[in-house]
Amino acid sequence: MLFAQSEGGTLFFTPPASTVAPQVDSLFYLIFWISAFFFALIVGLMVLFVLRYRRRPGVEAQKTAHHNMWLEAAWSIIPAILLVVIFVEGVLGYLDLRNPPDEAYEIRVTGRKWSWAFQYPNGHVENHLHVPAGRPVRLLMTSEDVIHSVYIPAFRVKMDVVPERYTKAWFEATKPGTFRLYCAEYCGTEHSNMVADVVVHEPGEFEAWLEDASNFLDKMPPAEAGKLLYERRGCIQCHTTDGTPKAGPSFRGTFGSEQALADGTTVKVDENYIRESILEPLAKVRAGYRPVMPTYRGQLKDAEISAIIEFIKSLK
Amino acid sequence: MSATVASQSAPHPQADAPTNYLTVTRGWRSWAYTLDHKRIGVMYLVAVLASFLLGGIMALILRMELVTPKKLFLSEDLYNHMFTLHGAVMTFLFIIPSIPAALGNFLLPIMLGAKDLAFPRLNLASFYLWVAGAIFFLLAILLGGLDTGWTFYTPYSTTTNTSVIAATIGVFVLGFSSIFTGLNFIVTINTMRPPGMTWFKMPLFLWALYATSIIQVLATPVLAITLVLLAAERVLGIGVFDPKLGGDPVLFQHFFWFYSHPAVYIMILPAMGVISELISVFSRKHIFGYRFIAYSSIAIALLGFLVWGHHMFTSGQSQRAAIIFSALTFSVSIPSAIKVFNWLTTMYKGSIWLATPMCYALSFLFLFGIGGLTGLFLGALATDVHLHDTYFVVAHFHYVMMGGTLIAFLGGLHYWWPKMFGRMYHEGWAQLASLIIFIGFNLTFFPQFIMGSRGMPRRYARYDAEFQPYHVMSTTGAILLGIGLVLCALVLWHSLRRGRKAPANPWGGATLEWHCASPPPLENFATAPTVGDPYDFDGLVYKGEEEGYVFEPKQQPAKREAQPEPATV
Repeated sequence: MLFAQSEGGTLFFTPPASTVAPQVDSLFYLIFWISAFFFALIVGLMVLFVLRYRRRPGVEAQKTAHHNMWLEAAWSIIPAILLVVIFVEGVLGYLDLRNPPDEAYEIRVTGRKWSWAFQYPNGHVENHLHVPAGRPVRLLMTSEDVIHSVYIPAFRVKMDVVPERYTKAWFEATKPGTFRLYCAEYCGTEHSNMVADVVVHEPGEFEAWLEDASNFLDKMPPAEAGKLLYERRGCIQCHTTDGTPKAGPSFRGTFGSEQALADGTTVKVDENYIRESILEPLAKVRAGYRPVMPTYRGQLKDAEISAIIEFIKSLK
Repeated sequence: MSATVASQSAPHPQADAPTNYLTVTRGWRSWAYTLDHKRIGVMYLVAVLASFLLGGIMALILRMELVTPKKLFLSEDLYNHMFTLHGAVMTFLFIIPSIPAALGNFLLPIMLGAKDLAFPRLNLASFYLWVAGAIFFLLAILLGGLDTGWTFYTPYSTTTNTSVIAATIGVFVLGFSSIFTGLNFIVTINTMRPPGMTWFKMPLFLWALYATSIIQVLATPVLAITLVLLAAERVLGIGVFDPKLGGDPVLFQHFFWFYSHPAVYIMILPAMGVISELISVFSRKHIFGYRFIAYSSIAIALLGFLVWGHHMFTSGQSQRAAIIFSALTFSVSIPSAIKVFNWLTTMYKGSIWLATPMCYALSFLFLFGIGGLTGLFLGALATDVHLHDTYFVVAHFHYVMMGGTLIAFLGGLHYWWPKMFGRMYHEGWAQLASLIIFIGFNLTFFPQFIMGSRGMPRRYARYDAEFQPYHVMSTTGAILLGIGLVLCALVLWHSLRRGRKAPANPWGGATLEWHCASPPPLENFATAPTVGDPYDFDGLVYKGEEEGYVFEPKQQPAKREAQPEPATV
């Protein structure tokens, strides 16, 4: 059924995947049916009147009252009552959406042009959001530059991410799977690529995943660890590995080359230049690119920077 | 017989008045320096239509790009520039001035039986301010573009290296154009109503323009101040909105929407005024619930100032504020609902003529119905959190702004076109155009509701493949919509060249503009016309040889009155 709320999704909704989603969907469909009724009434009467009272030769318009207090009061008051119902339902759902339970698992979210960083209580940072099913998760969010917005349609959750301020969102995922997280507040060039996956793990498997994910630096060769960091920490949003430029230059074939800078000088791309570009991105901007990269100072450890350098070196 | 009657009520029928406002003087200077409200109205009309063409071309480019999820031909940056300019041009250059400045300027004095607005020079000044503002906009496009979105949200707008300053100066200047027009309308309506035209004998179009003018005068200065602060922050580094300088980025949103939400009513109220005229005239029925419609215009204008926070339910404003704004938002929907029901009741037992303007009016009821009702989903807090900043919002405001205001503008344009230019257009082709526009519009924007509630965010140059079918439908509709609009333009253009001469009153309207010739002479009326009920059609009789209506004295009961009266009192 296209218009009824259901587990399998409807015309207007993907299947609900959080505890608040069914509540949002049912309010949506309540408004939908009220609207459908009034729309059918308006258009129905309009079509009826046009057919019934279409201008014909020799037939004059009939006189009717110029106003009717009772009729006008009725169509002011009846919709008003329905609106109160919609308003109250909206407020109740909103309070549930906005106020997380006390025992929620907290994940810190940082938005920056144009990637997400999700930090877990043990300090592990990644660009995709991993959460356990069946447990409330609280997002404590801030931005490093402009306003972004975390939007997870499957959970019906959205909250702006504002610089120099913390905002909060919460949800409890109801089933394992992979969902989309979008930036919903326009933030510049790569806004439409500022998306992430939300991976919902089976209740017991989340801790194992986190343990495993946190230790990758010790377990694999630096270049491979660098590749993971490249994917997880947002480099991938603006730098490709196939030679095509995006908001930033591609990593392929760049190490060891001479590159022109925006100020007219040139630079040799070596370990120190890459390190400087990560920590102070605006110091030496490559010619043809806008000075838009945020700094990673304080966010990447030395070992992580070294791993990224090794990864770039490996891209001959 | 009909000629003599017509000349009594219409002092300058075409036969004895060879010159009209279009032909009375010649040469470009006579237009550039004109103080005639009708010529200024026509210049506005040309200007806003040119802006609409520009904004429309941008819309088609955007829709073409969105046929595929990946890049088709626009880079992300170009896409961002394009949607920003589409929104800014359509909002500031087209919709806000469309009905008030183009149609309102032309009609307001004539509907009052007056010679001109209260301040003709101010009127011309407001037109040139519009031109200056538009030039700054074009400069913004040429000097590195603009990629902030038409909303200029900080801190993005204070940090991007595109020409925000040129664009904000443009909007600032356009704002003054809007304020001057509003001021002029308020003073004119307050002081220049003819004897007998009390407030509640005014055509509802004038009530709508009056309510609009109140908003223009009270809200626009806030936008001006906000944009000055924005420019000051960019140029002087004063921290108002940028948190890095100690400012508050969300404050900008409060300031911006304090203007821009009332501005939504600047856009829709005049449209509602046009529809009130059209429904009544083409149903040949007295408007139902005149006072409720008039009061609801004022109610919308005042309540419209109190609901700006509903644009910010996910911005981090306090929960208490969000709840209050949600409640106030629902209260604004009541006056709109009242209007719709009153229009419908007006049609009851009428004699409905499906001429082109009425086709647009019915189209308006359908589209504005959807636009208004989908506002309920966005006013309710829990659903808005999900739908905010998705295509659902894009679809909603296009149904209101385009399905509402543009359609009413086109309806009004077709209704008053014979009055403005003295020519009739081809009825069949004009109706066909309105039908294509209606179908194309729905095909363009209805799929956007669905993809929006399924999670497609707005302002996305690239998107997930699951949304492609909806985007393809939408683009197909946009092409159809474009064809309909081009056809509409061709029909109107053709009428200027080949259309038959328009009678003084082709539709049987009872408001005063139908008492003067088409097109009106320079001074509109030689003697002040007699004021009657603007929605009483009893004295109007169709004359085949005139191909239009003439005002005839009331025949019954008995012929007691010696003097014929133009319309019943």
